[in-house]
Amino acid sequence: MKDGLKQVFKGIVTENPVFVLALGMCPTLAVTKCAIDGIGMGLSTTAVLILSNVMISALRKVIPDGVRMPAYIVIVASFVTVVEFLLEAYVPSLYASLGVYIPLIVVNCIILGRAEAYASKNNVYLSLCDGIGMGLGFTVALGLIGLFRELVGAGTMFGVSILRSNAAFAPVEIFVKSPGAFLVVAALAALQNKLGLKSATNRKGKPKSGCNGNCLTCSGCPLEVAKGEDKS
Amino acid sequence: MRAFFKSAVESRYKTPENLRVITANYCIALLPVIVAGVYAFGFNAFKVLLAAVVSSVLSEYVYERLMKLPVTTMDGTALLTGLLLGLCLPSEVPLYVPVVGGIFATIVVVHLFGGYGFHIMNPVLVSRCFLLLSFQSAMTQYIVDGMSMATPLSIMRNGGVPNLKEMVLLNPNAGCIGEASVLALLAGALFLLLARKISLVTPLVYLAVFSAFVCLFGDGPVSFNYLLSHLCGGGLVFVAFFFATDRVTSPVGALGKIVYGLLLGTITGIYRIMGTTVEGVSYAVIFCNLLVPLIDKYLAPKGLPEREEAEG
Repeated sequence: MKDGLKQVFKGIVTENPVFVLALGMCPTLAVTKCAIDGIGMGLSTTAVLILSNVMISALRKVIPDGVRMPAYIVIVASFVTVVEFLLEAYVPSLYASLGVYIPLIVVNCIILGRAEAYASKNNVYLSLCDGIGMGLGFTVALGLIGLFRELVGAGTMFGVSILRSNAAFAPVEIFVKSPGAFLVVAALAALQNKLGLKSATNRKGKPKSGCNGNCLTCSGCPLEVAKGEDKS
Repeated sequence: MRAFFKSAVESRYKTPENLRVITANYCIALLPVIVAGVYAFGFNAFKVLLAAVVSSVLSEYVYERLMKLPVTTMDGTALLTGLLLGLCLPSEVPLYVPVVGGIFATIVVVHLFGGYGFHIMNPVLVSRCFLLLSFQSAMTQYIVDGMSMATPLSIMRNGGVPNLKEMVLLNPNAGCIGEASVLALLAGALFLLLARKISLVTPLVYLAVFSAFVCLFGDGPVSFNYLLSHLCGGGLVFVAFFFATDRVTSPVGALGKIVYGLLLGTITGIYRIMGTTVEGVSYAVIFCNLLVPLIDKYLAPKGLPEREEAEG
């Protein structure tokens, strides 16, 4: 029980996929135009992540090592299809605004990353907790970035108008357009570097992963960071 | 990080005195442009210019103080950045537009890249594009005496013929403050040329290639008037002489400058004639700015200090 809670906490705070591991940057940049989109994307990913983690963990002794990637992708893709149909049926507005990014959850590196780094090596219960933690961490991060961009770029929060434009102020629309996402995420990374926080984009905070910085032969540094932390 | 974008050009900027002379020359060259702009657009234009200058200079000073860097406000680059930025804006924008633009140009585009001389794109044009994307309605409505006016380029886009004489001498419908008079711009450019602060290679190649592009692919009947309206309308002359010649963000050698002008002319043509917006010179310049390190890598003259690699 305690291990599970620890895993959830890790996913949300100390190993937050967006803020610390810098995983899943594609949806982070693409669907954080407003808080609702970000949270919707985060929750959809959470659902897929929990289901796929559980399934992969349960099948970890059955799936042969040589074909594990195709197997994972088939599992993840099935769950994504389920989620996509559910969204289309019950939350059509979210389905419309997320668009192509829902099917793209299949290739979200958080999901395959957790499958490879965690679910394939741990039992079902821990994998479930890992899925919940990572998923919620992703949701929180996307929601916060979305909230910030929405507030600065459109003057609204969750669609409710907060700041009205007048003679002395107008929302900085660039923040709800694509370049704004890069500005916000870059500023976030700069802030983490400045404060010396542990993150994959922060050189000082990165523990030695034994790969000598050779990314070509590495299955993903942030994951190595996570594994290194587990042992200590 | 700081050294990554360190270019061969930067060595010319080592002495602040030298830099101060350059910026002073630019400011003198801009005087006729400012006078023409303020005369054509009225007191509002002056307010916009002042807001941009004050915001640039203040944000540089405050940033350098806060980050405990040597204060370089006295070299005049922030002042020049603000002045040029103000000239790139329409006169009727709300005053927060030049203020935000000045902060963005000096802090984000210049100082986050390591200070003046290390930036990779022209701060003024990047800031202008930032403002265009941020405050779209304020930036593209040109109002004169309470009436929304069509700029020469939008007249041409709609198939009309703009008043060429007005464009060259003094045009109250020009759009941005600095575009009021082509004659004033040319006078400023001539001064910079005589003071040997700019090279004529890039602007000439730029304008020539752009003219060729317009003749080949233009949507109107090819005539001398049509071509001249394209050259004088919008910010082409301003950008060709004052931004495409900027030493920090343009190639070093003559050959590089020719290639740079070639790229600029073609991309500006694509933006203007095939793009969705009537004007595209600022996008063209910042796009080509990003190619400058590549051009310099192959075409910079021998004997210049090597471009340093990133640390670590």
